[in-house]
Amino acid sequence: MLSIRNIVKQYAGHTALSDVSLEVKSGQIFGLLGPNGAGKTSLIRIITQITAPDSGEIYFNGQKLDQSHIERMGYLPEERGLYKKMEIGEQMIYLARLKGLSRDEATKRLKIWFAKLGMETWWKMKIEELSKGMQQKAQFVATVLHEPDLIILDEPFSGFDPVNAEIIKNEILELNRKGATILFSTHQMESVEELCDAIVLINKSKKILEGPLKDIKGAYRNNVYMVEYEGQQLSLNGTAPFEVVAETAGEDNLHTIKVKLKEGSTSNDILQYLMPKTRINMLHEVIPSMNEIFIEKVSKIA
Amino acid sequence: MNKILLIIQREYITRVRKKAFIIMTLLVPALFAGMFAVIALVANQKDNTLHYVNVIDSVGTFKGNFKNTPYVRYLYPNQSVDQAKKSLKSDDDLVLEIRKNVKDSVLLFARKKTTLSLTDYIQGQMNDIATGAVMVKVGIDTARLHKIRSNIVIKSTEMTASGEQSTNIGATYALSFAGAVLIYISLFIYGAQVMRGVIEEKTNRIIEVIVSSVKPFQLMMGKIIGVGLVGLTQFVLWITLSAGISYIVGGNTSPTNAALYSFLHSLGANAGYELLCFLFYWITGFLFYSALFAAVGSAVDSETETQQFMFPITLPLLFTYILSVSYLFMVPDSPLAVWLSMIPLSAPVAMMVRIPYNVPAWQLGLSMTLMIVGFIFTTYIAARIYRVGILMYGKKASYKELAKWFFYKE
Repeated sequence: MLSIRNIVKQYAGHTALSDVSLEVKSGQIFGLLGPNGAGKTSLIRIITQITAPDSGEIYFNGQKLDQSHIERMGYLPEERGLYKKMEIGEQMIYLARLKGLSRDEATKRLKIWFAKLGMETWWKMKIEELSKGMQQKAQFVATVLHEPDLIILDEPFSGFDPVNAEIIKNEILELNRKGATILFSTHQMESVEELCDAIVLINKSKKILEGPLKDIKGAYRNNVYMVEYEGQQLSLNGTAPFEVVAETAGEDNLHTIKVKLKEGSTSNDILQYLMPKTRINMLHEVIPSMNEIFIEKVSKIA
Repeated sequence: MNKILLIIQREYITRVRKKAFIIMTLLVPALFAGMFAVIALVANQKDNTLHYVNVIDSVGTFKGNFKNTPYVRYLYPNQSVDQAKKSLKSDDDLVLEIRKNVKDSVLLFARKKTTLSLTDYIQGQMNDIATGAVMVKVGIDTARLHKIRSNIVIKSTEMTASGEQSTNIGATYALSFAGAVLIYISLFIYGAQVMRGVIEEKTNRIIEVIVSSVKPFQLMMGKIIGVGLVGLTQFVLWITLSAGISYIVGGNTSPTNAALYSFLHSLGANAGYELLCFLFYWITGFLFYSALFAAVGSAVDSETETQQFMFPITLPLLFTYILSVSYLFMVPDSPLAVWLSMIPLSAPVAMMVRIPYNVPAWQLGLSMTLMIVGFIFTTYIAARIYRVGILMYGKKASYKELAKWFFYKE
């Protein structure tokens, strides 16, 4: 769907992107992650053709990216805004027409969207009369009204209350089910785990991690398990097949330990070792969250 | 191309719908009509009252030498000044005291404030009498002198292909003068509107959405053309409404209308020529300056920051304007005037002032060509700064920065 090859972008004094390549497959929800100033917005602006790269190429469905692809993309920038003095209905039709929709078609689709999101009464209102959350909702509709193949969302959930964030999330998922490819950048790792099929992590203008979310998380399994047992606190010595990373004592003789397996052992060895000594309530593998992976990767580089 | 039209449409419609536009459109013709009415009223109000001037002449030269007119009659009572003052019959009567060998030797007393034209009239007569008396004293035959004195009034006649016709150089001049002022003012008004529009899009962050749909150049040109059309619309409405109002208010016979008609008539064939020049210089001047204004708008985050960039743009215009209305119109063919009417920065104002004085065709042609080259040039520069500037936030732009933006690759 979108193939980004060896993109380099330099601004006077600093490099925004150095040799970044990535592949977004059709129908994916693709997460573009990275700390502030990593180059995410620069990359998005290159994809949306707001700026051009110094070198490197982008292919859209196998064709070299050009002006004709603009109408097949929808872009919701991080810094959002609409004309304050313009009526919403009129404004959104204007934005849709800039994307190549006819006036009639835009009006028709807008009515459907307004009905769907409970915005019917907003048509004649001016942007400045709406709350910030309402403005964001309107802007989201403006982004997807022309039914783009590729929807690019920069921090889509910022500025939404939990209820509206949920609504927007469901809309994103539905658009994705209908065939739209979604590229979104975010800092909220929970939404990444929830939505993304694949991610790329950019830090200081370089790509440092890329792949399907499952694979990445799999690669970051480090044989850490959480065990909860009941009874007297155990004193564990070197004979155990694991090392204790952390230990907490709970109420009613409940104890939790976080352990890391020694080389060559499995989770079964933990059970075998502990079963004769105490009563085990729970054992589960600690899979690192995207949040932890993110922090680890980024701080390692820094 | 289609997208530029969409942008033009939006810029135009949102502006024309604004209350400020409607108010301005209605207010200005009303003011004009009011002004005309006041002028007509003042012009009609001639001093038709009869004044008796009691002359108390202690010099002797003036006594009996004033000439009576239907409205000013001179009396020479044998009274003292105080007596004469007391015995004035009406409020319109005056006492003229001429004293010997003192400072402020001529005094005019009246119960009401005397009009300037009346004092001027009396003063003129006194000067004539005094000069005449001195001439007689030194032996100049005043009768012969009166014969020699000429009284020339020029009636200017223009030779055109269709024959000779009398023109009113004053009217032609007034029109081009008004044109220069109008261009000067509207370059500021509409240029600033372009700038404010750019800043608005930048500060409310819609710019990124728009430039992901259209090229920055399309957006900039759409805005400039849209605002320009608003300006033209306003002019057309002003002219039509002014004419309409003065017709309705004045009726056909009123002096206002007669004055307007004679004014328009006296312009003769020049009116069309001047109007075309006005339109040309208005449009090219607007394109020239508003491109610069757009670049300034793109470089800043708020209107308060525009000062440092506005100054060098507005200075040449202000300079030309002041020079044009105070000096250039008196020497329309001086090297300075010619140069200023060639340089695109100053030409829209300077050339308008020169237009009535038959500018050589090559000069007009050169000036117009330079205007077109000039606005293409400023648009090119502005577009390069604009495309970078609109996406720059929180960075205080310096001239060095702007130069860097200009050389950015895309």
